[in-house]
This record gives sequence, C-alpha cells and structure tokens, in this order.
Amino acid sequence: MTSAGANASPGRIELRDVAVSFPVGLDERLVALDGVDLVVEPGELVALIGPNGSGKSTLLRVIGGLLAPDRGEALLDGRPIAGSDAKVGLVFQEPRLLPWRTTEANVAYPLELAGRPAPEIHGRVADLLRSMRLEAAADQIPSQLSGGMRQRAALARTLALEPAVLLLDEPFSALDELTRERLNLELLELTERTRTTVVLVTHSVQEAIFLADRVVVLSARPGRVAAEILVELPRPRSLGDLDAAVVTETARAIRAHLAEPDTTEAAA
Amino acid sequence: MTVIPAFRHAPTGIPGFLAAALTFGAFVLGWKALVVVGGYPPFILPPPEQVAARFVSAWADGTILPHALRTLFEVALGFGVGAGLALVTGYALARLPLAERLLSPYLVAAQATPILALAPLLALWFGPGLTAKIVICALIVFFPVAIATMVGVRAVDARLLELARSLRATRWQIVTTLEVPAALPAIFGGLRVGVTLAVVGAIVGEWAGADRGLGLLVNLARGALFDIPLMFATLLTIALLGIGLYGLVVLVERALVRPR
Repeated sequence: MTSAGANASPGRIELRDVAVSFPVGLDERLVALDGVDLVVEPGELVALIGPNGSGKSTLLRVIGGLLAPDRGEALLDGRPIAGSDAKVGLVFQEPRLLPWRTTEANVAYPLELAGRPAPEIHGRVADLLRSMRLEAAADQIPSQLSGGMRQRAALARTLALEPAVLLLDEPFSALDELTRERLNLELLELTERTRTTVVLVTHSVQEAIFLADRVVVLSARPGRVAAEILVELPRPRSLGDLDAAVVTETARAIRAHLAEPDTTEAAA
Repeated sequence: MTVIPAFRHAPTGIPGFLAAALTFGAFVLGWKALVVVGGYPPFILPPPEQVAARFVSAWADGTILPHALRTLFEVALGFGVGAGLALVTGYALARLPLAERLLSPYLVAAQATPILALAPLLALWFGPGLTAKIVICALIVFFPVAIATMVGVRAVDARLLELARSLRATRWQIVTTLEVPAALPAIFGGLRVGVTLAVVGAIVGEWAGADRGLGLLVNLARGALFDIPLMFATLLTIALLGIGLYGLVVLVERALVRPR
C-alpha cells in the first residue's frame, strides 16, 4: 500500500442481492438485510434512510468490510470486499476516540497503524488539524473537547488515510442542531472539493436532501431498497437551498416511501 | 486529574502529608500509652522509643541490611516473574473462553490454599535458597494481577475494537495500542495488591526455612537472640519495605497511565 494508492482508485461500490442475518437465541436468526441491490458511482454522495432496524448501519458495515454478507456480492471497484480496505474510511455515530490520546495522537492513529514514517505522520496530522480547525485542541484529550470537536477529530482521523470511499454512520446525530448544521456544511464543502464517494446513514430527511445526490430509502426489517430518489438540487449548495421548492417535493417523495411499510402492513 | 493520588487531601483542607504525620503521631502515642498503662515488660511490648533506638542501631551496625537486601531481592524477582506470567495469563483468560474454563479452577484452588501451608513443601522441594522464595512470591502475586488483567482487558470498549479493525490494525497492534493502554488502570490495581502480597510471600518463605532474610531475622530475634526490640525493628523494616515498593508502583502508574 502506498500513500498515492488510495487516491488512484475511483471508489465504486456495487452490492448485488446482499443478505445479512444475525443469530438470536439458539436457532433463530434475525434477518437484517434481504436482497439489497445498490450501486454507488465514484464521487457520488448517497444517503441511506430508513426506519429503525432497516439495516442501514449493517449495510454500511458490509461495505466497510466489517461484516461478511450471508448471500450476494459486495464489490469495491470490481473486487469482492474482504475485510477492511485502506481505501474505505468509516465514521461512526460516536467519535470513538482513544480517551488517553490527545487530539493530535488520535488523528495520527491510523497512520501509525499503517506504519507510515514519523515525519510524514507529523505533516499530515498538522494539515488535517488545520483543515478541520482543531489546531487549538491538538494537545487536549477527548474528555476536554466539546461534542462537535470530538466528532470533527473523528472525521479528521478517518480522512488521514485519504480514503476514496467515506462511510458515515449518523455521524452528527448526537450533536445539537447548530453544531450539526455547521458540520454538515463542512462535510458538504469537503466532499464537493475532494469528490470522494460517500455513503451517509441518516435519520433526517432534511439532512439527506441537503447533502446527497441520491437518497436510498430502505424498508423496515428485513431491509431492502424501497426507493431511490434523485435530489435535483444544484451544487454548490448552501443552507438557504433548504427552502427551495424542489426540497419540499423531494422530502414528500422520500416520506411517502418511508411510510410504505406501515400501509402495507395495515392492508395485510 | 483522574489518577488516584496516594494521599488525598483531608476533607478539612489539611495537607495530606500533615494528616499522615498526625495519624502516625497518634499511633505512636497510643502505643506508648499502652506500654505505660498496661505496664508491659519490653520482651512483650517494647516502648516506641526503644524500638526506634534499636531500629537505628541495628541499621547502623549492619544487622538488618544484608537481610533486608535479600528479602528485597526475593520480592523483586518473585514479583517480576509472578506479575509477568499473570499479565500473559490474564490476557488469555480474557480473550480465550477455553482458557478460562480450563485454568480458572486451578487458579482459584491455588489461591484458596493458604500460602503458609504451601511454604514448607516448597522449602522441602527447592531447599533453603532463593528459588523457594521466588516461587512463593510469584504464586502469591499471580492471582490478583491475572484477575485484574482479565477484568481490564474484558472491559475494553467493543466499539474501540471495531474502530481498530476498521483501521486494519493487526492483532498485535490491537494489543499494544488499544487493549493494554485501556486495561492499564485495572492492571495497576492488581499490581498494587500484588506488590504488597509479594512482601508477605517472601517473609512466609523465609519463615519456612532460610539462611538470610527479614523473615529469618524475625525468627532469630524472637528465638536465639531473644532481642524483642530487634524483632520490632525488623517488623518496622518489613512495613517500610512494603510502603516503599507500593509507592514505587504508584509512581510507575502515574508515569504510564495518562489522565483520561
């Protein structure tokens, strides 16, 4: 693996008939995903939305190589995903910083694990701290940081290896509305600049529309793709765009599909 | 500051060292009062000033030093061997379910058997030299350190382990960069208990048969020499040795365990 290798790959994700289940109790299995087909093109930002238990996070873990599907194929740039890939970066719902490491050392962590030489780590970490506006917090440990700064540090850590694919699992959901809005703007700016492939799991229809090129709605358990809705909002986007008529229409379309499982259940 | 200090400030705002000096003073006064009121002869309970004088003279004339050095050596080696093996075993207990099922009955049995009962047997097997004491020290240190390590490693946040896997950390990198640093406060809890027990182990080992050591000196002072103040001076030395080693572990802990 070379430092240039990650950027050279386009980062195309292809899922074919992916099914995942978990053992519950002795003989039973809980089917989290059942027959998911999804293609994410290089540089595309796709938001995954769906009710609780629709397997959004599970799907993200399949793409991230942390979970192997029971059935079907998961491909990254045409190759089957087997284990975590250096091209893929994950940001979790919680920051998951090592509590004994400073911000600087936390951001350096993936580079240390990858065995990068110390001078390279130093330079790269300094760049990341600057671009994520974390310089003042460089020597502080996570318990001294605000929630927003912690999650920004987690994002900086994930960006350290320059992933071609960024997987975000409700990354800002634990933060207050204002911080969340600001971090979403930063994320938008970042992805528009780097053209990284992004898969974002979210609970918020607004957030999905604001950030994504395409919103994929998953059905209730077992998760399947219920609908794919294109967001026809031009880029670069700004917070003011959220008032545009197209947003209201798209939101209505997404909500219609989110409600679908309930209506079918009622009919049956 | 989340590292637990050895001496906290007293609730009244009295500095820690002053509080420690006050309690020590009260202890010595109580001792003296007991001797005076009870009218005990020195061969039952010598007064504190006589013990202090004997402590100084026995150190000055070289009566205690060689014995103290031997005991310190036994404790250091026994603690090192016992704690070292316990760290590896504790990790295995935490991460290999089979290891816990197979080993834990023996561990508990070994711990439940009084070391006092084992010491004569070990002295018989290994003779009056160093080996028996090191084995006893290692045995007595093993259990608390192994259990503390097991508990500490098991408590490592599964979400951090998933993070490390997502960053493609190797098994060994997970041990060194995640599991050990995360378990370190718990491990040091075990080491603090272990180091004081190591002193007990060495003394018990010497008691069962030795040519040198503080345990032997206690026996000599009580028996052949019939020098009860020397016996007390030796007991004081043992206590100070324990405090010193405990303090050393706390210092290492402070250097290694970062606030979190």
